[in-house]
Amino acid sequence: MTRFEFVACSELIQILGLRADDERELAETLEEVSLDCIHYHTHGHFLRHGFVGAPYPNDFATWAAIQVRDRVLGERLGVVSPLDFATLEELREEILTIIDDHLTHLSIVPRVVFGEPFDFMQSRIVEVPTGATAGTLEEFRAGLATILPSAIYFHTMEAPRRLARPETDFAAWLREGLGLDRLAAAVNRVDPYAGSLERLRTELLRLLDAELGISR
Amino acid sequence: MSHAGLEAYREVAPPGTVEFLYRLSEKLQGRTFLHVNSTRQGGGVAEILMRLIPLLNDLGVKASWEVQEGHPEFFRVTKAFHNALQGEEQVITDDMYEIFLEVNRQNADRLPLEADLTMIHDPQPAALVLSRGSRGAWVWRCHIDVSRPQRRVWNFLRRYVERYDAAVFSLPKFAQRLAIPQYLIYPSIDPLSDKNRDLSDREVAGILSRLGVPQDKPILLQVSRFDRFKDPVGVINAYRMVKRRTECRLVLAGGGAADDPEGKIVLAEVRDAAGHDPDVHVLELPPDAHLEINALQRAATVVLQKSTREGFGLTVAEAMWKGKPVIGGTAGGITVQIVYDLTGYTVNSVEGAAYRIRYLLNNPEAATRIGRIAREHVRRNFLITRHLADYLTLLQVVNGGRPLERQPA
Repeated sequence: MTRFEFVACSELIQILGLRADDERELAETLEEVSLDCIHYHTHGHFLRHGFVGAPYPNDFATWAAIQVRDRVLGERLGVVSPLDFATLEELREEILTIIDDHLTHLSIVPRVVFGEPFDFMQSRIVEVPTGATAGTLEEFRAGLATILPSAIYFHTMEAPRRLARPETDFAAWLREGLGLDRLAAAVNRVDPYAGSLERLRTELLRLLDAELGISR
Repeated sequence: MSHAGLEAYREVAPPGTVEFLYRLSEKLQGRTFLHVNSTRQGGGVAEILMRLIPLLNDLGVKASWEVQEGHPEFFRVTKAFHNALQGEEQVITDDMYEIFLEVNRQNADRLPLEADLTMIHDPQPAALVLSRGSRGAWVWRCHIDVSRPQRRVWNFLRRYVERYDAAVFSLPKFAQRLAIPQYLIYPSIDPLSDKNRDLSDREVAGILSRLGVPQDKPILLQVSRFDRFKDPVGVINAYRMVKRRTECRLVLAGGGAADDPEGKIVLAEVRDAAGHDPDVHVLELPPDAHLEINALQRAATVVLQKSTREGFGLTVAEAMWKGKPVIGGTAGGITVQIVYDLTGYTVNSVEGAAYRIRYLLNNPEAATRIGRIAREHVRRNFLITRHLADYLTLLQVVNGGRPLERQPA
């Protein structure tokens, strides 16, 4: 059996020099940027909100609601879950459709007045093996409880996307390594996009504890 | 101050961070990382390099720091460049451009500019890149806001900046369009420095007593230079609105007035606005008053940074690190440090500041909750340990003078 290796990561953020002052510009630029950029502002959002969950779960929704002060668009973009899309291109299409639909119902294009423009970015992720490994469920639980939030991000959002795999690294190992199919399915059902990485850690530990018969 | 080694940060950084830094640096053992700036002491860049260089060496990176030399005329020229790049109208003559280039040439002959990564800080030594050899990558680290420069000066500087492999800015909005990759690295605070280290209640009380600030009622504090962009008079007006129904003191602590004619004028305006109110304290502090600032921030109930224009505004992170709720202006880096309603409040007006001060003073449990989250937010995002991780990542990403190819999406 392969031991599970916990891998954390570090991020170098690249400024693309593209900026939007209103929602139309946001949509127009979104059409042109790389998929790395879409990833940065959606999945990657969580790497930067490991402890404090932001009010909205992606940078586009946060900008619309907080900077443009367009709560309606913020809410509509905030409910988009990357889990519902097999590719980043499909995710981009959905975001564009929501913005376009929103703008067709308005007579003016909402723009930043007191807030700040949207800056498009992307990032380079560097993998950092932590040296921590697990061969049993107990060891896996102990590792998950202490690893850095960036390792949770890496195994639940970064690696599955790179490998175009429908399940997180955690779920895959629980199934393939330990043969715990039901637990793997439960772990994979936890929505990583519903709060901070610490919230995700707590939720995953709750499932492992239930399996291990640990009362909390 | 003695150097606190990396191990000392286990006590203050997020759990696992020091181990993470060792792991991140494993592939970088023996790599050389040279920093060049224009001053050994004074200013935020020297302050952070003084701490970062020994920590990088603790991690096995051969980090070094060289300082550019120049005559007074050169520094007058670079001061004018600095102001022009930040949007102030300046007269820059051909002779001044020539002085800039000549001093850079002299320094290039004198300095050992050979490293795997050479990081040149700010505009003063930017033209050293003309003397780069064939080995290693060169990165221009810009700490100032060049988003609205005097165009002619920027066009001159850009010729040199675009000879680097990459540029690093502190905020996206400080950057310019360039033909080279631009990276984002936030500045940081050192939790073990005099400005941020833990102080006992007794030390805090002693320092406040020396400063003549009683601790008999809640203290509102703003620490900043006496500069109109920091809106100190707006802070006094907000305090007056709150004071009608809620007991408090206001402390405005800062420096910069002694050698700055405009600072003197603003300080006079602030004293005039304060009038004879015994609960308003206007303190002129010397540049090395780190312990005094630390004590004031620890004694405060609410900290303000009501800037209308700002650099990164690290005083916000300093106060948040001390578990204080911060009310900041919507400017510069304040908006990346304050997550609205979670780690503090950003405001756009005097009334907004007054409203949030009143709320925090009258809801101490909310102030405590915000302060607690703010401290954790800083622990994870704005400590020097995160800065180290960013520099190590940069060192890993740039290789042989060229940034590595990105991995496919």
